[in-house]
Amino acid sequence: MSGTFVGMPAFPKAAHEAVNNPTLRGNLRHATHTIRAKRATAVAELTDWAALREAGKRIKDHTLRHLDRYLEQLEASVTAAGGIVHWASDADEANRIVAGLVKATGESEVVKVKSMATQEIGLNEALEAEGIRAYETDLAELIVQLGKDRPSHILVPAIHRNRGEIRDIFEHEMSEWGRPAPDGLTDTPAELAEAARLHLREKFLRAKVGISGANFMVAETGTLVVVESEGNGRMCLTLPETLISVVGIEKIVPAWRDLEVFLQTLPRSSTAERMNPYTSTWTGTTDGDGPRTFHLVLLDNGRTDTLADEVGRQALRCIRCSACLNVCPVYERAGGHAYGSVYPGPIGAILSPQLRGTASEIDASLPYASSLCGACYEVCPVAIDIPEVLVHLRERVVEGGPVTREGNKVVLQPAKGHAAERAAMRAARWAFTRPGALRTGQRLASRTRRLHPRTLPGPGKAWSGSRDLPPVPAEPFRDWWQRTQGGKGGAK
Amino acid sequence: MRVALFLTCVNDTLYPETGRAVVKLLTRLGVEVDFPMAQTCCGQAHYNTGYRHEAEPLARHFSDVFGEYEAIVTPSGSCGAMVRELYPRMGERARAEGRGDSLAATLAPVVPKTYELTEFLVDVLGVTDVGAYYPHQVTYHPTCHGLRGLGLGDRPRRLLQAVKGLELVELPGAEECCGFGGTFALKNADVSAAMGADKVRNAESTGAEVLCAADNSCLMHIGGTMTRLSSGMRPVHIAEILASTEEEPAV
Repeated sequence: MSGTFVGMPAFPKAAHEAVNNPTLRGNLRHATHTIRAKRATAVAELTDWAALREAGKRIKDHTLRHLDRYLEQLEASVTAAGGIVHWASDADEANRIVAGLVKATGESEVVKVKSMATQEIGLNEALEAEGIRAYETDLAELIVQLGKDRPSHILVPAIHRNRGEIRDIFEHEMSEWGRPAPDGLTDTPAELAEAARLHLREKFLRAKVGISGANFMVAETGTLVVVESEGNGRMCLTLPETLISVVGIEKIVPAWRDLEVFLQTLPRSSTAERMNPYTSTWTGTTDGDGPRTFHLVLLDNGRTDTLADEVGRQALRCIRCSACLNVCPVYERAGGHAYGSVYPGPIGAILSPQLRGTASEIDASLPYASSLCGACYEVCPVAIDIPEVLVHLRERVVEGGPVTREGNKVVLQPAKGHAAERAAMRAARWAFTRPGALRTGQRLASRTRRLHPRTLPGPGKAWSGSRDLPPVPAEPFRDWWQRTQGGKGGAK
Repeated sequence: MRVALFLTCVNDTLYPETGRAVVKLLTRLGVEVDFPMAQTCCGQAHYNTGYRHEAEPLARHFSDVFGEYEAIVTPSGSCGAMVRELYPRMGERARAEGRGDSLAATLAPVVPKTYELTEFLVDVLGVTDVGAYYPHQVTYHPTCHGLRGLGLGDRPRRLLQAVKGLELVELPGAEECCGFGGTFALKNADVSAAMGADKVRNAESTGAEVLCAADNSCLMHIGGTMTRLSSGMRPVHIAEILASTEEEPAV
């Protein structure tokens, strides 16, 4: 952190490059605006959208309030249905458990359903260190993996890539991982999809171990649910002999009937579909059908700490629809990579600093990566008041205060790099509680107005690098008011 | 009816013509306007930058200054939203911190009687035709806190549509943030500037001469971007359009 007036933290630096990359800006603008408009249409079709949103919020809040009870109920139901439940307090523990389970099968490769939780913990890299190769099978995740890239969106991780770039990645990289791209591959969507289908098919048929996350876990029945569009998930969930699911503990819903709400709000919010093409549900194991062994790894990794914060805990309602990313004007221009996390956009800006804490430069900068325009809150299908949490986390950064880390209550110190800003805020508070001091300042500004530059040096460039300063008037309003007694008799 | 004008610190210091326009407009509509000289700042910049505890004395000061009035009118969607949305939240947070009900009780009286200007005109005075004359092509940008915080809806548009001589042109991407965002404009200057430039481009595409909004802080950012990009358009606060008449036209 530099010691400049407003602090120049990590997000702005990372965003700088994206803002000045016209190809990326074009890709993001086109993709987010298209899906934004489609979502609005899909949501407008439902007359009871507001009620569904409220119901989703309440179900999630109720579940989080009684998470201890529902987790134990889930463990019992999954176990009764023939599954094996593991508990992981952090990323390392989860990775160790999964690597151990894969090794125990004697296999050295796995197929993966798209999963945010496994990306959050860096599972692929952890498995690779153990000599296990993980193949992503979601089309966009495949593009990211082949391109040695990072995801930049929750739902469409390769949103930053256009068709031409995808064609090039397929042509150059597919042969490293398995079946090469067909000769003469063009950038038409049908050809690209067919190339991916052929490449993935041999992996589906060969794999003995599948790894997934889950969108929902039903405590009452022990059922896990994955919603998807491509059918790759269905393949991974049914073909392998062993299935390992890594799921955040907040993904529980109490009962099967609660899915009625989310299976309406999730697809309409994410892909703008009335219903997603594939909804897979499984309950433990079933003889003669699907995987013979099922492991569920329940992941905490900062969630219990987040739950302890009464303002921030609403972030745990998130169902990863990504509607907030698609409407966010900051995401649209900064791109997903600037958020330094698998959770980009507005939800990432409130999730990452809670799951990981605010100690790092990037995490301390994320709460500021928003103009607080409120578009994210408006579209959120579980009514997470993202601006409220952003401001709450800004307060945590500049003021410090009590938080829960790894289950312990600790008191954070104010972050470094905000000293000048803090002094300015205090000075402003001092002046603003003394109208006389404010007036003196205003008069000084007015009387010296001819001396004011149009642009500012130093930290002031943050404003005047792209915007002219407003001219200072000859007198502040309050002087006019006093001089003319409120403009009586049409006084000027 | 006697109301207090909460002009806001930004308008008082930099945009006194907006304040004069509000006084002229409300006086014309038969409202007795007072400007309590002790007013300063609602505390929004402090609160939204993370300095909630520094904002508390400013909120208490606001309540002391304006508590006695029947109604408080402000020509700013975001400062109006600060009082209406965030003052109650400040009270709740103080209570949650074990500091009792004092802050909540102090702030409660001003919350329901604070109105953004267009709300006051349409909801309290019940007028949409304010007798204004403004012979220009105008496009309207609904600023975020007015739009999504206060829910101003179509009130500003209805007021503008009733202005004689005014041609209202739809702004493409109107509901997208202009990129101001208070200290966001400084902390994330690149993204803020890119949003501002896109807003100006959309405004220019309408062919209008004037971009109108109900918040001068957003207009300061948009206007500063317009002059930097040598745009022919100019930003004008809605109060100045509504105050303009055939006898005393605004330019």
